[in-house]
Amino acid sequence: MPEPVVAVEDLRKEFPVPGAPGLVAVDDVSFELERGESLAVIGESGSGKTTLARMLVGLETPTAGRIEIDGEDRSRPGRRARERLERGRRIQLVFQNPYSSLDRRQPARACIAEMLDLHFGLSPDERDARVRELCEQVGLDERQAGALPRALSGGQRQRVAIARALAVRPQVLVLDEAVASLDVSIQAQILNLLADIRAQEDISYIVVSHDLAVVRQISDKGFVMEHGRVVERGSTVDLLDAPQHPYTQLLRRSVPGPGWTPQRRQRGVHA
Amino acid sequence: MSGALPIERVIPPGAARRRLRGRDPLLAGCVVVIAALVLMALLAPLIAPHDPDASDILAANEGSSLSHPLGTDSVGRDILSRIIHGARLSLLGPALVVVAATVGGVAVALVTAWRGGRVDTVASRVLDILFAFPGLIFAILAVAMFGTGLVAPVIALSIAYLPYIARVIRSAAIRERALPYVEACQVAGMSPLRICWRHLLPNLLPYVAVQAAVSFGYALVDLSALSYLGLGVQPPSAEWGRMVADGQAAILNGNPEASLYAGMAIVVTVLAFNLLADRLVRRTAQ
Repeated sequence: MPEPVVAVEDLRKEFPVPGAPGLVAVDDVSFELERGESLAVIGESGSGKTTLARMLVGLETPTAGRIEIDGEDRSRPGRRARERLERGRRIQLVFQNPYSSLDRRQPARACIAEMLDLHFGLSPDERDARVRELCEQVGLDERQAGALPRALSGGQRQRVAIARALAVRPQVLVLDEAVASLDVSIQAQILNLLADIRAQEDISYIVVSHDLAVVRQISDKGFVMEHGRVVERGSTVDLLDAPQHPYTQLLRRSVPGPGWTPQRRQRGVHA
Repeated sequence: MSGALPIERVIPPGAARRRLRGRDPLLAGCVVVIAALVLMALLAPLIAPHDPDASDILAANEGSSLSHPLGTDSVGRDILSRIIHGARLSLLGPALVVVAATVGGVAVALVTAWRGGRVDTVASRVLDILFAFPGLIFAILAVAMFGTGLVAPVIALSIAYLPYIARVIRSAAIRERALPYVEACQVAGMSPLRICWRHLLPNLLPYVAVQAAVSFGYALVDLSALSYLGLGVQPPSAEWGRMVADGQAAILNGNPEASLYAGMAIVVTVLAFNLLADRLVRRTAQ
């Protein structure tokens, strides 16, 4: 049995509320992610799925529990620069909103190059070659690669964000509603891109989403969260086609959200 | 960092640059006036027609002539030369205040915005206390303790101006810090210092520029006022505020030139900086 690339044990996050018991955002969540696998974290807004994602990448400190990434304990955000960089090389995050997850003063190419400079001591030529390779991989042309974020569309920006995340050759990519703010046809393009990347690279995904159609398309297994707790887990097909828990059934019937048109929802549910 | 051009900062596309330059003649005018004033200060010994301190009692209170375009003051010094040389001390003082207050204020702003929580609370209270001291009174106090001259008022005003800059930049920095790209940098493993220096600060520069420009105008007025009161630059050094005071006696004799032109120099400079700040605000708001 190969060692899982991510192992999470009894992870818990409480946010302090003045004059009240803490708000439990994530409540004893455990899961394992095998290498090359794609795991969906399904839930509506407020279910704690984004907090979970943020703890995985070290943006949030868990109240209790354990996170192991690539065999190393990463339960707390790295204190020293070396720890932060090491974690960054293993796990990367693609944010929901491509409009603000890129520095508006930084052209796409510079953004990717900065990531490479930060992690690898490449010569300028090697670095430029790798930047070109990454741009090609995510489908950015020369003009787009040299453009500032404001000159790019949402889908193109998300491609830049994906290239930036891939630059360090991470073992795990966390996609936090990564296509939720894109329109439907662009969603499909990005999802195809992500599927291609997983076919080419030795990479695992954690797909955080409320969008069941997205989950169906790029994940193998997953779990459903409600109020911070895992209420159901299993393969994506089982979860979506034969949900057991009432909450999962409810999710399947409803959950409107950004980019969620009625036609699309029907397709997602009955496809 | 290496300066490989295609990778590093790329000049904004043509349209954006044209908007910066062409569409705002007032902004361009302010920049030209300020550049001219700075050049005047730097090149003073080369362009001033006379020695600013050379007095000629026989040629006192002369009107404008070819030799003395702005006339002479009550001891026969060439007013134009004194204005030109006066630009040095008159601009140096505010420049030092602005640099010190901006560097300090931005540093305080970034640290408080980054750390938040208790650090922010404590720093904000300290700034509130500093707000309670009006700059001029603080500067007069400093002069009383450390003597006249430019050094004490410059240090006092730097401290007095710091909270204004820190407060404005802090609120901008808090907004900027909340943008997901900052977290993307953190996820990448960047150190807070690097994120602040390479990402937050460059994005905050327009706000910093506005604050620096506004502060320059105020600092110039404050320092000129101190010199006018005899607490700042001492005679016979040429400085605009000092010149206004020196020329005061001659006004009653019907020779207002020395005070008038020095006062005009102050007004033009302050106006240029305030208008510059105003135009910069409009541009950042766009």
